[in-house]
Amino acid sequence: MPTLNDILILLPEFYLVAAACVLLLLDAFMKPAQRGVLHWLSIAVLLVGIYLVVSGQPDVPVTAFGGMFVRDGVAEILKVFALLTTALVFVYARPYLVDRKLFVGEFYTLAIFAVIGVMLLVSAGNLVMVYLGLELLTLSSYALVALNRDSRLSSEAAIKYFVLGAMASGMLLYGMSMVYGATGTLALAQLHGAAAHTAMPNLLVFGLIFMIVGIGFKLGAAPFHMWIPDVYEGSPTAVTIFIGSAPKLAAFGMAYRLLDTGLGDLSHYWQPVLAVLAVLSLAIGNLVAIVQSNLKRLLAYSTISHMGYLLLGLVNAGPEGYASAMFYAISYALMGTAAFGVILALARAGFECDRIDDLKGLNHRSPWLAFLMLLVMFSLAGVPPLFGFFAKLMVLEAAIHAGMVWLAVVGAIAAIVGLYYYLRVVKVMYFDRPDEGMETRVQPDFALRAVLSVNALVLLALGLGWGPLLNWCRAVFPG
Amino acid sequence: MSNYLLSLLTWVPVLCGVVLLIVRDRRPDLLRWITLLTAIAMFVVNISMWPMMDHANPGLQFVEHLSWGGPIHTAYALGVDGIAYAMTLLVTFGTMLVVAGSWGSISYKLHQYMACIMIMEGLMIGCFSATDALLFYVFFEGMLIPMFLLIGVWGGPRRIYAALKFFIYTFCGSILLLVSLIYLYTKAGTFDIRALAALPLSMTEQTWLFFAFLVAFAIKIPMVPVHTWLPDAHVEAPTGASVDLAMIMLKIGGYGMVRFMLPIAPDASAEYAWLIIVLSLVAVVYIGYVALVQEDMKRVMAYSSVAHMGFVTLGIFVAVALVHEGGSADTALLGMQGAMVQMLSHGFISGAMFTCVGMLYDRLHTRMIKDYGGVMNVMPWFGFFYVLFAMANSGLPGTSGFVGEFMVILASFAVSPWVALFAAITLVTGAAYTLWMVKRVLWGEIGNAHVAAMKDINLREAAVLAAFAGAVMVAGVWPRPFIDLMDASVSQLVHQIASPKI
Repeated sequence: MPTLNDILILLPEFYLVAAACVLLLLDAFMKPAQRGVLHWLSIAVLLVGIYLVVSGQPDVPVTAFGGMFVRDGVAEILKVFALLTTALVFVYARPYLVDRKLFVGEFYTLAIFAVIGVMLLVSAGNLVMVYLGLELLTLSSYALVALNRDSRLSSEAAIKYFVLGAMASGMLLYGMSMVYGATGTLALAQLHGAAAHTAMPNLLVFGLIFMIVGIGFKLGAAPFHMWIPDVYEGSPTAVTIFIGSAPKLAAFGMAYRLLDTGLGDLSHYWQPVLAVLAVLSLAIGNLVAIVQSNLKRLLAYSTISHMGYLLLGLVNAGPEGYASAMFYAISYALMGTAAFGVILALARAGFECDRIDDLKGLNHRSPWLAFLMLLVMFSLAGVPPLFGFFAKLMVLEAAIHAGMVWLAVVGAIAAIVGLYYYLRVVKVMYFDRPDEGMETRVQPDFALRAVLSVNALVLLALGLGWGPLLNWCRAVFPG
Repeated sequence: MSNYLLSLLTWVPVLCGVVLLIVRDRRPDLLRWITLLTAIAMFVVNISMWPMMDHANPGLQFVEHLSWGGPIHTAYALGVDGIAYAMTLLVTFGTMLVVAGSWGSISYKLHQYMACIMIMEGLMIGCFSATDALLFYVFFEGMLIPMFLLIGVWGGPRRIYAALKFFIYTFCGSILLLVSLIYLYTKAGTFDIRALAALPLSMTEQTWLFFAFLVAFAIKIPMVPVHTWLPDAHVEAPTGASVDLAMIMLKIGGYGMVRFMLPIAPDASAEYAWLIIVLSLVAVVYIGYVALVQEDMKRVMAYSSVAHMGFVTLGIFVAVALVHEGGSADTALLGMQGAMVQMLSHGFISGAMFTCVGMLYDRLHTRMIKDYGGVMNVMPWFGFFYVLFAMANSGLPGTSGFVGEFMVILASFAVSPWVALFAAITLVTGAAYTLWMVKRVLWGEIGNAHVAAMKDINLREAAVLAAFAGAVMVAGVWPRPFIDLMDASVSQLVHQIASPKI
């Protein structure tokens, strides 16, 4: 029987479920003209969620429902940033959705349910809980991708996402079942001890590999990256921005729970596998991004390469490595939302602004937006003094610390390749003159512009003062 | 107050840049004056630090230290020794003249242009005064952004190619630098440059680090064979950016060598000194001939920069080789000092030459030598300065160009007369390409109607050139103050190379 204490530990999640249901009901009874209320209410719901997560945070990790659910520092940080980036997504998405007549309550409810999935996933203390959180997240995401149901591109992307995602879930479950077979337990904490003296080590490792496939798919690491470009390009940009933010934090959380909490003793097995995934992601992501002319596809391949960097931190398999990987996941979530935020700011009815050439001469037309995009691009490229640089620094340091200098060198070389396409975006904005017939003056929605400015400037601020955030990340991983 | 002077020099220009971006270009003259006055103020502050420098002290002065509060042991740590201080002088002096020199030649988005110049000034000073390796790297990389924009937005017809090539080349080198620094950090547990220099390292480690540093700084200086970005960047960049690039940014490569490469990997440096000496001689001799056949004035000067910076690397590694072979420490010191003086001198001369080309370009909008001819007839004042700088560039005694080259050639005699012989060829090729260019541009009949209509330099332009001329002459006739300034630090550096780590 759940006790009151269990419920208190899960208070943020329960609260969000209730809030999402209320929003769903409100939407059903509201006139379309009043949807603006729903929009602001959803943002408020997320912000209150952050408050509940932070304020109820226990000093030591606690578990609820017999160890199914863990509330610790790792979960706290990931939840805070998942909620925060989703709130950003809501602000950025509104003008885009309104212009395309997609401004419907489902967007908000589905996204909140997806975030609840993220929260359950990163707090999972049991393999079943991992799967439950993951499915809640991905099922909501499939529906979000298909939000624009009249668009063939969207539907195609949704089906691709669904088929590949279902397969990856299958792989993950299959791996979990083998791990269960080898150890006789589903609880991650007990798995840790049981893995060391299993009678069937081969079965265990076999299961581990299948679980890594599932993790690789969720991260979007090569060679399990095929869905990313199509889904990023095909989804409405307002959904792409969501897929690129909170779920990445969730994927890191899932990797940490499964690989460290669960199978930390097998790290000598999974480290080389992750190293291979990292190298492939860095190479494929960066090289293929060079030839893209579609901005959303370019950012999709850039995501793949960034997941390669995140893996460099995981490969370390120590508390500092996990901290650097989490730091990287947070930096990517903030950079990704800002990058897509600029696209959303420029998009208009009938104009997606998803080609790189659509940014031509942006410095001419809107110097401020161009400057923000410049910050984001240099941050993604890892040029100091921006946040992205310090995130890269930390994962490279983690790789070198783990004795894999070669892996850090691969990461460094990949950064050079990556630099080229980020510079190309800057080049188009600053060096090219606008084409005939392009909007001369871009005036995006006020809330969007204000929040986007803060978002991009935070990249600069965190680049100059990264200490506190990194300290926070380091503090939550037990040494 | 004097404790924060370096921070002041670093951040006031950056702040000025931000202010310029905010005020926009509605009142261009106001904007130019704000920039110029800030730049002059920075130079005054910088030069006023000279009497406060303790010349006998080889260590860091004007030290600032502020922890960044993270779990990584790095700090906002600034401080200059004699060498670094001399380099900061080059930055503030150069920026002042760049701002004054590009007064009327930029019309498109003037505020962004000036902001880039000022932000770059701050970052370059930060780079020279950082005593924390990570902070150095942040400045080292950060300055690429404004330079990239300067070349790409205000450059010539092939600006995009040049800007991308510049950024990617430099980034290639510096990312390996980053990996090396992180490696050193995992060994030493700190990013403090002095602690890294004191770290014992095996020969294998030193060799890897040496080549990583070499790639990073050789690209920046630039050395043959990774010099090819420089002619493109120089030719396409607007005048101000060219001056900044030649005068200051290239020096960061040489500075990086003496700050990182020699102290951290002294044994590997000694082991591979022959390689650098050979590459430097190739730069001095071969690039001299390449410069001879160029048809674009900026290209001539770009190749001339590569050749002259070859003297810097030659001087540094002649000193290393001498110390390694147990040669005279005084001669080694001479070589190292020569390299440092050559850095300053090349800063003054190349800055002046690029400014001159810029003034011609402002009038005729071409840099091709064949489009000029007989300019002396219409611009006598300009001609006077141009000839002076050309003479300095070919190493005429009495100008700063002579001092450094002479010291380096003298020191290289001790290594091998052959090295000295090849190095001395520059006196011939340097004179050939510079004077031949001057002959075709300045002398003879007036080339065409456009040249005939050219106006001589105005007071502002004359003031800029006079400032350059003053620096070139002072450093040529009386280089003592500069040598004294750097003497203690250079001696300590030579001492550092002489004490092997293995």
